[in-house]
Amino acid sequence: MSKVIEQDHHEHHDHHHPSGGIKRWLYTTNHKDIGTLYLWFAFIMFLIGGCMALVIRAELFQPGLQIVDPDFFNQMTTVHGLIMVFGAVMPAFTGLANWMVPMMIGAPDMALPRMNNWSFWILPFAFFILLMSLFMEGGGPNFGWTFYAPLSTTYSNDSTALFVFSVHIMGMSSIMGAINVIVTIFNLRAPGMTLMKMPLFVWTWLITAFLLIAVMPVLAGAVTMVLTDKYFGTSFFNAAGGGDPVMFQHIFWFFGHPEVYIMILPAFGIVSTIVPTFSRKRLFGYSSMVYATASIALLSFVVWAHHMFTTGMPLFGELFFMYCTMLISVPTGVKVFNWVATMWRGAMTFEIPMMFSIAFIILFTIGGFSGLMLAITPADFQYHDTYFVVAHFHYVLVTGAIFSIIAAVYYWLPKWTGNMYDEGLAKLHFWCSLISVNVLFFPMHFVGLAGMPRRIPDYAIQFADFNALISVGAFAFGFSQLIFLYLLIKCIRENHQVPAKVWEGADGLEWEVPSPAPYHTFEKPPLIR
Amino acid sequence: MDSQRLDNTALVKRLVLITLAMFGFGFMLVPLYDVFCDVTGLNGKTSDTAAQAPTSLIDESREVTVEFWSRTQGAMPWEFQPTLKKIKVHPGKVTKVFFRASNRSNDDMVGQAIPSVSPGLAANYFHKIECFCFNQQPVKAGETVDMPLIFYVDPALPAKFTTLTLSYTMFDISNQIAATSLTNGESS
Ligand code: HEM
Ligand SMILES: [Cu+2]
Repeated sequence: MSKVIEQDHHEHHDHHHPSGGIKRWLYTTNHKDIGTLYLWFAFIMFLIGGCMALVIRAELFQPGLQIVDPDFFNQMTTVHGLIMVFGAVMPAFTGLANWMVPMMIGAPDMALPRMNNWSFWILPFAFFILLMSLFMEGGGPNFGWTFYAPLSTTYSNDSTALFVFSVHIMGMSSIMGAINVIVTIFNLRAPGMTLMKMPLFVWTWLITAFLLIAVMPVLAGAVTMVLTDKYFGTSFFNAAGGGDPVMFQHIFWFFGHPEVYIMILPAFGIVSTIVPTFSRKRLFGYSSMVYATASIALLSFVVWAHHMFTTGMPLFGELFFMYCTMLISVPTGVKVFNWVATMWRGAMTFEIPMMFSIAFIILFTIGGFSGLMLAITPADFQYHDTYFVVAHFHYVLVTGAIFSIIAAVYYWLPKWTGNMYDEGLAKLHFWCSLISVNVLFFPMHFVGLAGMPRRIPDYAIQFADFNALISVGAFAFGFSQLIFLYLLIKCIRENHQVPAKVWEGADGLEWEVPSPAPYHTFEKPPLIR
Repeated sequence: MDSQRLDNTALVKRLVLITLAMFGFGFMLVPLYDVFCDVTGLNGKTSDTAAQAPTSLIDESREVTVEFWSRTQGAMPWEFQPTLKKIKVHPGKVTKVFFRASNRSNDDMVGQAIPSVSPGLAANYFHKIECFCFNQQPVKAGETVDMPLIFYVDPALPAKFTTLTLSYTMFDISNQIAATSLTNGESS
């Protein structure tokens, strides 16, 4: 192994420094460059998807139809969902994996650097196609991010072809990224870095990568079936031809539920890294964390029909999926208790990454609880397709996945740029985000329980006050993210040198290389104690 | 370097294989779903091929009510009704009923009826010897046709089921007549 890397070292000598200009970014095979590209791409998508959310919230500020017409409203909910899931959260995690996984396991780069370049650069095309479809005659996709048949087959317009094509490209990109992560982790670990010594971020990403290659192809199959049903006369989901529209939901959610764990497992890894650093203690239970992650991943394959309780499943099915879903909250609880136990009697300090992590733990748990409420089949008959579901998944995705990504950026930004971020601005960003995100999503629980349906551009008058409040929260949250953008640019531009070990309680190989991390790291594998 | 590369390629090959297998599995879910529904009798799906005439004796000791129900899908300009709303039958007794379809439009059209039995778990006990749903139904503009259904209820039907509802949804397939799954007559 060490011989191998010695040789690599030799080869690298002649192109030690990146070439300048746009070509550097187009042709780069460097994991740090690609990580940076992924992260900026995700951030841009986050802002674009955010603008769509603001269109939605502007329309919903008051009852009645005032700003956009209902069809465009539906396009906004659809594309907002697709962009946030596939364009913001997933690429951001892949970007973090690119930056951090090689450094954390003492590898010189990702194992398949050329494929790495491809898997990033096809992404902008996918989203370009998706966004352009909005400008087609008849508008873009309007059937929701879940593209249920027959909405996406019989009743959709021709932008569906572009939608399918772009989802295919997104899927290929994620699969290539996942294969790269797995090969890197299996083959490029520094000598002595056994599996059970790997940092938890690496562990959670390894399991996520396996989930990705297991379910992204199923999504590709589902969109392909939609395409052939719509254009080539097949009848997978068309009852008139012997198909079944309910089967679409089974196939979609067989992908869809593991997908939501794809978006949260890396977050668990991030929080498990940050909490010990600022508690100045080891993680309370490392191996229990690994096993909890693995069992969540396995269980995620047998709970998909909790999205389909109201489709008329037989009682046995309802009960099976209800109990399996509740079972998942056991390993999830193990994790939450693990973080709390890590903080317990630790010498805690509250730097910004830690603040976001603590917010994550509390708010993600709220999302988990509303998930548990939804898992109760008879209750779900009332909550299904209401704003309660919207509240649930935004608590787990925004204050869960996205808060963890923000925490990770604050945690590793000094390592990436060599500069400390502006603490005052960061605090402002944190408090603005924390307050506005709750103003935005918490009242959704109430309007949902009171019966306000999701994905509707108008609503009954009694929901007006809460909706106005929600919209105010939405705009406040959206603008708070501009503070983040400003802070990032400032941090990259300015000079507030940090030492190699930015956080004195931090643990891990990434803190042994200088800050900013040089273009090539660990060309000689480090010694693992 | 070599040993490393080989390692990588072998691993990548395996991972690509898993990816392809899962892509195939996505499509496998389609027949699996049908088999699952067939075996469990979930979904109220009745068999899409003609059943043999009953071999067992008629169970004179009890009667089962069979209700008929029909609808057209979407804005299909057909009138589609059973000529009889319900009928009491002894399990094992072969019965013939008619459904009447009138094409109220000015175009010749083709319909396809999709059956469903409720309660779903009783679907496997409902046998159709002949059914208009086995074939496409062309109806000329303005025409009315009576379409036969010959069925019997299996004497093995558990006693807890006293009423079965058979519903048909008529789909307009005039535009997709070329659809492969229909032309080869495999489907219900
Ligand atoms: C304790 C863990 C969880 C439980 C018990 C749970 C349960 C549920 C249930 C029952 C639904 C269906 C609600 C309905 O449509 O009526 C649902 C929806 C959803 N959940 Fe969760 N969930 C959990 C965690 C998560 C996590 C971690 C994520 C993502 C990071 C997530 C994302 C979603 C999304 C996106 C939807 C809505 C999908 C849609 O219809 O558009 N959930 N959850
Ligand atoms: Cu789920």
